Amino acid sequence: MCGIAGVINRKKTVNVGEQMRLMLQGIKHRGPDSTGYAVYGKPKKDGFILRFKISENAAEKVNVKPEDPEVLEDRKKQVDLLMKEHGAKITKQSSSTPYAFRYEFTYKSENLEELAKAIETVEKTEILSIGKGLELIKDLGDATTVGEQYGLNKFMGTHGIGHTRMATESDVDIKSAHPYWAFPYQDVAVVHNGQLTNYWGNRRVLERSGYRFNSNCDSEIIAVYIADKMAKGIKLEQAMHDSLDELDGVFTYIVSTKDQLGMAKDHMAAKPMVIYEGEDVVACASEEVAIRNIFPHEIKTYDPYEAEVKVWQA
Amino acid sequence: MAGLTKRTSAFDDENLSGRSQKLYFEVTEEENYTYYGNHEVDFNKRISIDCEGINAHELNQKIRDSIRKGYGSIVIKNPGAKHSLGVGILNKLNLIFEGSLGYFGIGCIDGPTVRINGRVGWSCAENMMSGKVVVENNAGSCFGAALRGGDLICKGDAGARTGIDMKGGTILIGGNAGAYTGFMMQRGRIIVCGDVNANMGDSMYDGIIFVGGEPHSLGTDCVLGEMNEHEVRWLEQKIKNAEIDCKVPASKFKKYVAGRMLWNYDNLEPAEKKGILG
Repeated sequence: MCGIAGVINRKKTVNVGEQMRLMLQGIKHRGPDSTGYAVYGKPKKDGFILRFKISENAAEKVNVKPEDPEVLEDRKKQVDLLMKEHGAKITKQSSSTPYAFRYEFTYKSENLEELAKAIETVEKTEILSIGKGLELIKDLGDATTVGEQYGLNKFMGTHGIGHTRMATESDVDIKSAHPYWAFPYQDVAVVHNGQLTNYWGNRRVLERSGYRFNSNCDSEIIAVYIADKMAKGIKLEQAMHDSLDELDGVFTYIVSTKDQLGMAKDHMAAKPMVIYEGEDVVACASEEVAIRNIFPHEIKTYDPYEAEVKVWQA
Repeated sequence: MAGLTKRTSAFDDENLSGRSQKLYFEVTEEENYTYYGNHEVDFNKRISIDCEGINAHELNQKIRDSIRKGYGSIVIKNPGAKHSLGVGILNKLNLIFEGSLGYFGIGCIDGPTVRINGRVGWSCAENMMSGKVVVENNAGSCFGAALRGGDLICKGDAGARTGIDMKGGTILIGGNAGAYTGFMMQRGRIIVCGDVNANMGDSMYDGIIFVGGEPHSLGTDCVLGEMNEHEVRWLEQKIKNAEIDCKVPASKFKKYVAGRMLWNYDNLEPAEKKGILG
């Protein structure tokens, strides 16, 4: 049982980081292990935003050993060097933890695959997201803990998705936390609630096509699947429809792009989703109580039906 | 009316021999059955409880305390879609929620009349024994799961698996219902004024589903039945009592029942089972 949520503000910029924090905190009980955000700020005209991690959070009760600061420093230097070698120019950088970083950079091309693959050759380094507006943050703890740690309470943007995770099929760590970035496509992220039963079969097929998987979490395959479809020129909504037939199991997931938010529900309608569609805002979540945290007044909500796909524009 | 079993208490005293779709209810059946042996309450004695800042357990305790003090009408303000509100009420009571409920709202109740001026999440009124529940907006999945008695009404749309495993009572949906509505139902009636999604009545053992619109597809062992005059009058009355503006006249509803192929399922040969499940 995990919790997922998404919100999209139409034609206006708001404190979407705080909106997501409130929603995710409302469904903390669905997954206390980790929390993740994929939030979209004003798209950069020139350059990209890179979020990446070079190690895991060695928190208490987690089976991860803390690494030497010098080792982390060395990995960061390797990332910087590789970016420079591939023609990426870092214009701004910051970090909220010793293991997770935010870079702004310019690059010669819109195709980021080569650069992304190069960065991930550094040991234990994983790109969380690259995009013009997307910033993907995930860490151990509840929404407030992660939100405050990464300063998300002041993040201005249009839309976002998020996830509270109860680890069932893989470890409690950042790499298994959601959202997942649709490597190597800028500004696409996915959160998922459910189980995929044909994960390994699909994974082998996608790996043979050259896609990389960083975790053993079944949810990661949705992001890779969407990326694969987009690489073939299939539009997001159609890719989501296709996924309902090709991904087996019980699931509900939310996808976000630079200006869209979409949700899909499996044929059995076994995983919950509640939607509020207002004039200015659309919000969806595993439980209405999450939506209520940003709309205290009475609103009309509904459950999407089985095999339903919905996409909203910012 | 010949052949009807008189309903005398909160519990359905239907004669189960032969298990069939025989008429075990009356057009004029009494509404709002109450569970006897509980607190005497005065419906004119009214109290409001604000749900803001308190959890489900605390609210449910406050409702019980109010019943004990004789309050017959309780208004819950700001329910905020919290889970498990109003569960386990075994008393006659007029309970009003000024907002939406989350999951498992008003489960395991026996006797109260509940009005929810909002939406309900998954598994509303699960295991309800008697009473009447009216939801003004939409309902989530598993609406009225394992319902045993009483009237459960949703004026909007209901989600998947509405009336799953129900064993009695009536579920009335003013709009559409989701897939697997009536899944594994064993008794009781479901009325859907609109359409029903795929696999309606899948593996139903008994009971009746009345549909004003069209079911997308029928599940295993769900077949079209034949409406009789008695049922038309009963439908008219139920829809009228629920104050639902149904565009389809009762006489145009279709009736779906169990094909009984799954009866004595355990005694069937594997090939026969396979044939049934298609």
